[in-house]
Amino acid sequence: MVLNNIEKLLEKYDNGETTLQEEQQLKDYFSQETVAPHLEMYRPMFAYFSKSSKEQFTKQVPLKTKRVIHYKWLSVAAVGVLMFGFFFNSFVNNTDEYTQTEKELAYQQVKESLHFVSKQFNKGTEKVGYLDAIQTASNKVNYLKEFNHPLRRVFNN
Amino acid sequence: MTQSDFLTIVTPFKDKVFRLAKRLLVSTEEAEDATQEILMKLWKNKKSIKNYNNVEAFSMTMTKNFCYDKLKSKQAQNLKIVHNNYEDTQVALQKQLEVSDSLEWVGKIMNTLPEQQKLIVQLRDIEQYEFKEIAKMLDMNETAIRVNLSRARKTIREQLTNTHNYGIK
Repeated sequence: MVLNNIEKLLEKYDNGETTLQEEQQLKDYFSQETVAPHLEMYRPMFAYFSKSSKEQFTKQVPLKTKRVIHYKWLSVAAVGVLMFGFFFNSFVNNTDEYTQTEKELAYQQVKESLHFVSKQFNKGTEKVGYLDAIQTASNKVNYLKEFNHPLRRVFNN
Repeated sequence: MTQSDFLTIVTPFKDKVFRLAKRLLVSTEEAEDATQEILMKLWKNKKSIKNYNNVEAFSMTMTKNFCYDKLKSKQAQNLKIVHNNYEDTQVALQKQLEVSDSLEWVGKIMNTLPEQQKLIVQLRDIEQYEFKEIAKMLDMNETAIRVNLSRARKTIREQLTNTHNYGIK
């Protein structure tokens, strides 16, 4: 009875018409210790199928998330920084707290004080003017060099 | 999407991707590389994962296409490494040898099948997908899948019968 059933299933199996449940029945039958001798050749087939389905993939796969640098956004950021720089620069210029008149006033004051300093300098140099007298005196004493000539003449002869 | 979110989506089917890749590329190392590649691709496009109707089916299709590309590329034509490492089956030694030998035979027979049949057997008999799902993954109609599956199953059975009787008859 059972064998009959198996034989029928095998015929269907060979024609590719069995369902997964029926194939499981066949697998169960052929995994037994004793199998009808004329069906012996099916045994390694089903044994091989069951065995093959237990093979496993054991290799480790390195799963790394690659960091993608978005150059597009990098340029956007750079433009942002530049814009900020320009804006900040003009902002500083605008907040100059001195007005035009104040600037002129400061200029005048500096000019005056420099003028005063130069006047004092001139006064100082006038006072040191008498040193010129020494110069003229030393020029006058130059004629003493004339002494050298007669002396040399005496010694040479 | 964080890494753990991604892993919860991917974990249920990453073994299936690996097995499918191994079925097509044969070598375990190649299949591991392919699986890693697929997962990395998914991770890269993690933002659009929500838009996929069925991430699993999508990944399987991706795997299929990726493996086809690999097979077509020059690189694959230079060298093929075959790895068939089977674990203990916990049967008596004699039986164990016999079984693992015939299991190996099934693997070898499957490797000789055309790629499309390989794919279909893998998806149906090993991963146990419904025909509808397979149709979506492979972009084929269900009848064509059934025909291919039937052919593949018959080929495997016949070849197994031949090798089984080889020493006896």
